[in-house]
Amino acid sequence: MRWHPLEIVFWLCTLLPFVVTPNYLSLASQIAITALFALSLDLILGYAGIVSLGHAAFFGVGAYTAGLLAKHYWSEPLTGLVLAALAAGLVGYATSHIIVRFRHLALIMLTMGFGLLLHEAANSASGLTGGADGLQGFKVPAVLGFRFDMFGRAAYAYSLLILFACFLVARRIVNSPFGLALRGIRENALRMPAIGAPSRAHLRKAYTIAAVMAGIAGAVLTHTTSTVSLETLSFGRSADVLVILILGGAGRLYGGIIGAIIYMVARDQFSGLNPQYWYFWIGLLLVTVVMFLPNGILGGFARFFPRKT
Amino acid sequence: MLSSLAGVLFDGFAYGMLLFLLSVGLSVTLGMMNFVNLAHCSFAMVGGYATVSLMGKLGWPFLATLPMAFLAAGLVSILLERTLYRKLYRATDLDQCLLTIGIVFISIAAYAWFYTTEQQSIQVPEYLQGSVQAMGMTFAAYRIFLIMTGLVVLGLLVFLVERTRFGAQVRAAVDNQRMARGLGIDVDRAFMFTFALGGGLAGLGGALSIQMVGLDPTFALSYLVYVLIVVAVGGLGSIGGSFAAASVLGISDMAGKYYFPWLGAFLIYLVMVALLMWRPAGLFGKR
Repeated sequence: MRWHPLEIVFWLCTLLPFVVTPNYLSLASQIAITALFALSLDLILGYAGIVSLGHAAFFGVGAYTAGLLAKHYWSEPLTGLVLAALAAGLVGYATSHIIVRFRHLALIMLTMGFGLLLHEAANSASGLTGGADGLQGFKVPAVLGFRFDMFGRAAYAYSLLILFACFLVARRIVNSPFGLALRGIRENALRMPAIGAPSRAHLRKAYTIAAVMAGIAGAVLTHTTSTVSLETLSFGRSADVLVILILGGAGRLYGGIIGAIIYMVARDQFSGLNPQYWYFWIGLLLVTVVMFLPNGILGGFARFFPRKT
Repeated sequence: MLSSLAGVLFDGFAYGMLLFLLSVGLSVTLGMMNFVNLAHCSFAMVGGYATVSLMGKLGWPFLATLPMAFLAAGLVSILLERTLYRKLYRATDLDQCLLTIGIVFISIAAYAWFYTTEQQSIQVPEYLQGSVQAMGMTFAAYRIFLIMTGLVVLGLLVFLVERTRFGAQVRAAVDNQRMARGLGIDVDRAFMFTFALGGGLAGLGGALSIQMVGLDPTFALSYLVYVLIVVAVGGLGSIGGSFAAASVLGISDMAGKYYFPWLGAFLIYLVMVALLMWRPAGLFGKR
């Protein structure tokens, strides 16, 4: 699949924060992490059609794995990243066997149930995870020779690099025959096996890949902030990432990234606002998007600029 | 041990009746239209805050505010059903989820704006405050009142659904919506009334829960999980199923809090996941 000029311009623009807004680099790395998390949800929700209200489970598993490694064993981030991805992938693979059997309300409830279970487990096992206080007291000094400092240059470079690498993988997956089969399953899960695409096996693969990516996002958050809070596993995080993805446009590679940029920048600008009222606008936005912009912001744009075929 | 067990059963059953009132409407409307209404607890909140306002500002007696809580929540449900929900009956689960989560967020923020985020409290009348001694045990009067209300509502609902023409229409629509339409039943109208009734009952539940579990703007989200568990476990469109599931959930939640406090809500979620994996359509579900 060839790169569209706009895509190249977009990725060049992601380098702008280094020179234009050097004071906002830590926000920029938060955005990159959230975008990666939304991208991972997009793979299962946008492409494979699995509605998940508990995707934060994998984000949290990755975050806690990276945090525990850094606290008790070693603080080298790249191996931590690999192990966090592995842990999240294992949890994802194990649960995928259950997830793919269900649809509709039972599916939503089960994904939410697994998320809540992990959240409660991490809360109860406070000896290991620090409970409600979170995991603290470790420091990831540097990645690839660049030191993490208070200006967040290394943090943003690291997050952006990981986001870009995962984006390349996602782009490759989505444009492959496997990605096409996933879209077919989303449209009609019963008919796909008839033309040679085993629905459940494909869905399990997609779910596991998405879990791995979410775990990586969690690990990057741990490495760049040097803390892990219980919030990484919370229902709120699962709901937020869903909102972000829908806002940007599910089923489009850039949907999650655009959504993350808009959501995080808006939240930063309105941070003086009481979070209660922040959620009023999010709610209004959701209702508006569902009623008037069924394919998110990118879908809305696509309607104004129909693709030439 | 034995008397504490009876106490846990009693408290849990009272709590279960509250969950039953909160969730029965969602169960029936989900069964009829397959509409995933995550904003159901927002309707409960409408009822709860109606009671708070009527008692606090206008000085109404507690019992008189309960029908008003029912009416307020029912009216709000009709309004939302007419304006927003109606357009999404054929939409995907995801769109329905998102719309209703949006409504939950809006309702939380709106109530935080008008009533602050503090826990609301009301003064229930004296005859509901004390407790009754019987068989060497103490029963809180308010919980007896809750259980009685739950049983009366159950009886009325069963009568309505099993014995009336409207109930027959609702049952037909839950069993097979297209067939019901084919037989000339106005499913949309039946659904609107069912939806209003369900929302109203949730409002009644919200009003009754102020004294038992408290009311603040996050109620719409924190009790949503419990309501969904009741619906998913009891099975869609089943009143008896909701009643059984709510009782089991209420009792096991109380027992968990009493005997295994260190487990927190873990036990409830585990039971829910296990039950769903065993019977995805719920204990009494047909589909």
